[in-house]
Amino acid sequence: MNYNNELFLKFKSLSENEGFARACVASFCLPLNPSIEVITDIKTAVSEAVTNCVVHAYPNKVGDVEILVRLNNNQIYISIKDYGVGISDVLKAKEPFYTSKPDSERSGMGFTVMESFMDSVVVNSEVNKGTEVVLVKNLEDNKLAVGG
Amino acid sequence: MNIKHRIYNNTMYVMLIGELDEYSAGYARTNLDQIFSERNFNQVIIDLSELEFMDSTGIGVLIGRYKKLKTNKVPIYICNPSNHVEKIFQMTGLYEIMPKIS
Repeated sequence: MNYNNELFLKFKSLSENEGFARACVASFCLPLNPSIEVITDIKTAVSEAVTNCVVHAYPNKVGDVEILVRLNNNQIYISIKDYGVGISDVLKAKEPFYTSKPDSERSGMGFTVMESFMDSVVVNSEVNKGTEVVLVKNLEDNKLAVGG
Repeated sequence: MNIKHRIYNNTMYVMLIGELDEYSAGYARTNLDQIFSERNFNQVIIDLSELEFMDSTGIGVLIGRYKKLKTNKVPIYICNPSNHVEKIFQMTGLYEIMPKIS
């Protein structure tokens, strides 16, 4: 059977919203009957992307973060978007251990974690316009927990 | 996030409870630095059995504490990580500076 569902979330770039955002996205994916491991992978990747919005996209202010989740059969598509400062060099930003804030105890592993926990990570960014991170996870089998 | 600690046989045992992310990182940093300022111990064992969630911000927090303790030559060891935390530790090579013990 075909399963299609969509979620749109918009919230302020406050760190206290991180737990809510990752739990919300993870719960929304439950009808696809993912394993606990997949759920944790998704939670972690979403947490990394939202942290980037909180810490980097809006460094001295609070802005909007938008998350769009699309469930399409056995594929989970998650877009995390901000309207902040943007990333001038995406390849550099994605390098393991690279951080633009070396004095703030940041690990520089955010994108690396996203890439190892998801099947695909695409970053679209424009300086002073914002950044969109698109995370995709493909579930191996299609055992839907809904419908039947 | 909640942090418990006790000292036994010159070892500082620390238990991280709950979720370690950007929201709780500030609390974890301040609290751990305060605990570690006691100085009457010669090694630290961090028990992660009750850490329900961690992302790379948590790695940054742990590396920061490692650097501070290193100046006093106090090593940190990790025990009981969940499968999820284990994956992040392996990926980031954190065990190279904070070995896992059982």
